[in-house]
Order: sequence, then C-alpha cells, then structure tokens
Amino acid sequence: MQSLVIVAHGSHLNPDSATPTHTHADTIRATSAFGEVRTGFWKEQPSLREVLRTARGEDIYVVPLFISEGYFTERVIPRELRLEGWDPDLWDSDGISADTATLPAGDIDNEVHYCGPVGTHEAMTDVLIRRAVSVTGDEHVGDGFGFAVVGHGTERNENSAKAIEYHTDRIRETGRFDEVKALFMDEEPEVDDVADHFDTEDIIVVPLFIADGFHTQEDIPEDMGLTDDYRKGYDVPAEVDGHRIWYGGAVGTEELTADVILERAADAGADIGDAIARVRQQTNPTTEAAGD
Amino acid sequence: MSTIESGLSATQLAAFREHLTEEPIEYDGLIANHDADEAVYHIETPDRETSVAADELSTLAAEQAAYLTNWYFYTQQVGGEVTRAFCRWLELADERPVPDRYAALENGIDREWGQLAVTTTISDNGSRRYEIRHVDDSDAAADALTTHTDPLDARDIGTLDADDRYRPLRTAPSLTAGWLFADLTANEVYEAVEAFYPATIVNWHREQRGELDVDHWRDEQDRQSGIYNLITVLPDEAVDWAAAACCDDSQCLKRREWELSEAEPLTAEGGDGVFPCREPCSMVVAAGREWAKLEREDTQTYEFALTPSEKEQIEAIIDAVADDTVDEIREADVSEAANRYRVRYLREKRFDEAGNLAGTPTHPEDHDEHADSDDTDR
Repeated sequence: MQSLVIVAHGSHLNPDSATPTHTHADTIRATSAFGEVRTGFWKEQPSLREVLRTARGEDIYVVPLFISEGYFTERVIPRELRLEGWDPDLWDSDGISADTATLPAGDIDNEVHYCGPVGTHEAMTDVLIRRAVSVTGDEHVGDGFGFAVVGHGTERNENSAKAIEYHTDRIRETGRFDEVKALFMDEEPEVDDVADHFDTEDIIVVPLFIADGFHTQEDIPEDMGLTDDYRKGYDVPAEVDGHRIWYGGAVGTEELTADVILERAADAGADIGDAIARVRQQTNPTTEAAGD
Repeated sequence: MSTIESGLSATQLAAFREHLTEEPIEYDGLIANHDADEAVYHIETPDRETSVAADELSTLAAEQAAYLTNWYFYTQQVGGEVTRAFCRWLELADERPVPDRYAALENGIDREWGQLAVTTTISDNGSRRYEIRHVDDSDAAADALTTHTDPLDARDIGTLDADDRYRPLRTAPSLTAGWLFADLTANEVYEAVEAFYPATIVNWHREQRGELDVDHWRDEQDRQSGIYNLITVLPDEAVDWAAAACCDDSQCLKRREWELSEAEPLTAEGGDGVFPCREPCSMVVAAGREWAKLEREDTQTYEFALTPSEKEQIEAIIDAVADDTVDEIREADVSEAANRYRVRYLREKRFDEAGNLAGTPTHPEDHDEHADSDDTDR
C-alpha cells in the first residue's frame, strides 16, 4: 500500500492554518491514488514526531506543505520525522530545485520518500494562475491584467524570495499577463505600493503563502490600502489609486494545490494513475461550473 | 448434541475453508484444521470438539459458529494490527470468552476513550458495528443528536469547542457534544477516533505491547533549535510546574508518561487517561519557552497594603482563571471573590491611574529614575 503523508506547520492560535492541509488531503483521498492520506503538523496533532506511526503503507511519501526550502524543510521536519542520514545536500538543490530523498525513518521500521516542498515545484505556477482565474471568475483572464506574486522577502529565509522570483518568471514567460512582478512584505519592491509598480488598471495580487492568517488576511490587505481595518473586509476588486486590485489571498488555499502535492509524490515514484488529471479537472472552477 | 442454524454465510465458510487449506487456525479460543485425507474439518472450542464434513459446516452449533464468525471478523474484515487491537479492547475481548462476549454485544459494550463513548454491537453474521458519541450524551436520544456518517467529520467537530473557540490541543477535555456517529465499521471507528484524538490509538497500542518510546523533557530540550532553544534554560522545578499546569487531566486527556528524565521523575500527577503522552507536546514546549523567558527575572520584594479579604480575593481570582470557572460565577453573586463587580471594585480601589496594584510601580528603580529626571527637568 502507498501512504501519502502531508506535513504542515499548523497553529496554536489560528484554526485556518491547517484548513488547506485538510482540504487537499480530502481532495487526494477522493482520487484513491493512495491507500491512505495522513496529515501531521509542527504545531497541531498528530505532531510531526508521531505522524509516521499513523501511516500503515509500505511505500510512504512525505510531502511538506511549505512554500520554500529552508529551516523547516531542511532541518525541523527531517529531525522530527527522524530521517536517518538526512543531509540537505541529498536534495542537491539550488534553493528551489529540491526533489526527493529516500531515507529510513527511525520512528518506523521503514523507509520514506521525503519530497521537496510544494511551493518550489513548477506546478505551483499553475496554481498561481488558477488563483487568478478563480479570483476574477474569468477563465481567460490575462489581457490587460497585471499579476503580483507576494512573498515575505529575504529577512527570514533567502530561499523564500527565490521561490517568489521563480514563479514570477514562469508566469511572465507564459505571456498571458501584461505585467508580472514579485512584491514583498518586508523589502523592496513592497506590496504596500502595489499600484506604483503596475501600468495596468487591473492588478491581481496573490501571496505565495500556504494558509490564510495574520499576514494574508490582515497585514497585506491593510498595507495595500484595500481596507483601513481588515475586520471590515474589502471588495474584490477594490479601487486603490486608480487601479482595480483583485486580491486572491493565500495561494495554498486554492484547491489545485492538491495537484502539486500529487506531483511531488509522483516525482518521488508514487504510482498515482490519472489522479493528477482528475484533480486538475475537479478543481477547475470553470469546468465545475459547466458540470453544474 | 443440538445443532441449530449457525448463521454462517457462504462467504465466511469459503474464507474458513480456504484458510485451512493453507494453514490451521488458532484464534481467540478457536482451533481448527482440515484433514484432507479424511475430508473432514476438526473444530475445537473451549467447550466442544467437532469433526464435520465440508457440507456440514453450515450446520455447526451456534456456539462454535460464533467462534468462527469471530475469527472471520477479526482476521478478514478488520484491516491492520492496530485497528484489530483497538476493536478488541472496545469489546473487552481479553476479559470474556466469545460466547459471553457475543451475549454482551447483543446489548452493546460501552467503552470510553477520552470524551468519546464507543458502543460495539454485533449483527447476526458476527460483524461488529460501532457507535460514537460524546460521553455527556450517553443518555441522549439519538434523534436529539446530529448524525454523521463520514469518520473524517470528527476532525471538524473537534476543531472548535462549545463556545466556538479554537481547540489547539485536540486531546483537551473540551470536545463539544451533540453529535453522533451511529453506524461505523471497524475501520471507520478507527479513523473517527484517530481524527478526534490523533495518534492516540497507535501510541496506546505501542504501550500495550511494552514498546512505547517515551521522550523525556531533557530529550526534548536537547532536540530543540531556533527560538525553542530557549527551553534549555528552564529550571527543573519549573518543568514540574509546567507539567502540573498543562498536563493535568483537567487540561489534557493524555496520561503523561514523560518525566524530567527516566531517572528523574516529576512530582506532578501524570493523570489517569487511557492513552499515553509520550513526549512534551508543542503546546508545552511553546509554553515552556515563554516560562523560560519569564523565569529569567529575579524576584523582587513589593509592599502592598491589602485587607485580608482582598488578599484572598486575588487568590480566588487566580484560581477562577486557572480552573476556568469564571463563567460559572453568576453576574450578581458579589459574594464570589472572582465576581466581575467584585473585581471591578477592587480595581477601582487598589489600582492607581497607571494600573499599578496598590500604587506600587512594577519597576520601582525605573520609576525613581523617571521621577528624578522629571525633577531635573523642572
């Protein structure tokens, strides 16, 4: 049996932190691509320390639902999962190219396939674009629109900015949007001045974050001027300095993120049949509407 | 010897026969083998020995048939060793032989797992069915509860408490009531309990086998990195206070098995929970980090003028918050020391404009310095 184990941060304070993890786990369960799908958290139960013992398969694929390679994916998770012989060099990554390492896990009498985080997989670019579709409700959105991918910046993790730039470049290369830019919360170019960075009247803004929380629901909407108090909410689109801002919230809540988890496991050797194609179909807001 | 219709299904008998072509059965009081030369099945249960031909298997006495359906259920229908062990615990399998158990299962066998009341019943063919409800709903009519069928619904039920506050610790005794999983299979009851109380069954199972791997506080300290390195400076006596504060049964239903170290037990109670806690959880570590910061402070002698009742009132307020009884104090019951009006009165009387108790500054030296500089300015 194949087991998929999704590991995520979770929160002691915010119940929404784990929501994307559970939602994507459910989407993948529905494909029956894995005999079981388990979830484990740094801050919630089951803990990263104990999640592997809840998995019963012989082939275990661990996918971190994290945005970037760094402290959590390279240090905390391998330590907590007790991956024996782990070394970040096993991923042979330049900061955005982690793939898979297969290692014995001390907690169980078995090897696990430890995959790179979802945030640096190339398929995450598609999720960002999908979020542009879902936030505008237009499956052909692109012409006349700018697209801002928002991240923390390098203050805490230099790879965090690399992931933002990587997807920004990939979206730009599609030629679909008039302008595509990376903006940051704690360094230039700052998301606060979003309107200054675009010529297009319409700007789609999508934070490359896994879950909605303080940054995506409070900081960024207020910093961009969508609202003076996040508790009052904001319009989508909202008018700011003559631009229409289509704010998408954390990309990790987009249902298609389940696809990236599957891609990571498939890259590590999981046999998942046509699950990727089915998830892409099921999570597409336009095909869903057609189905209804 | 009376033989009555055993209720054995063709599927069960086929599985039984097929298994015996490979190897004998010895399970839960049932011993069976197939003598191919004689074309006969030898079936032994604690009170009966039978040798029957294949076409006579369907007429086994009910008592022996029960042993056979019991074997079928546990070896052919329940997936996995841990689920099997849990389901056997649910029906007290190690305490009662099969006939007694089957009689009890007719009416249902009740067990408690944290705040879950799990009832096992049996159908005519030996399949078990499971019902889960909140222990506080034990006597509630089923139609007064919200029925669920998907075991993963347990995850959502357990996210918020009865006041819609987030439950960061799923094993806290704050599970909301009012729901019912009326009819679950063995594999589903496992998944529902796993969703309510993650990893508790598998840790309980390891403990049952004498294989629970306990990581004590010092192991936890040694493992930390980043901001949680700070717990390495938490004094040992503070670990005891932390365990008493966080791991008491009133706060978490796990039974704490970790100590300061294997050779250094904590004095705090570990609790009576059915499932073990094998290492300090992330909540305890996060709280420990905060306490490590606070414990860096030196004590300071303050002088407060309070009436005896006011001193006791402050103690009662701390108790009310620590024991989460604030909401139980009636609004107009000013005889309760932690009553809101009583506390507001105390604040009016004893706090100065800066919020200092009895007008005593928290940092008298800083206060004096500021006072001096003010004087100088003048």
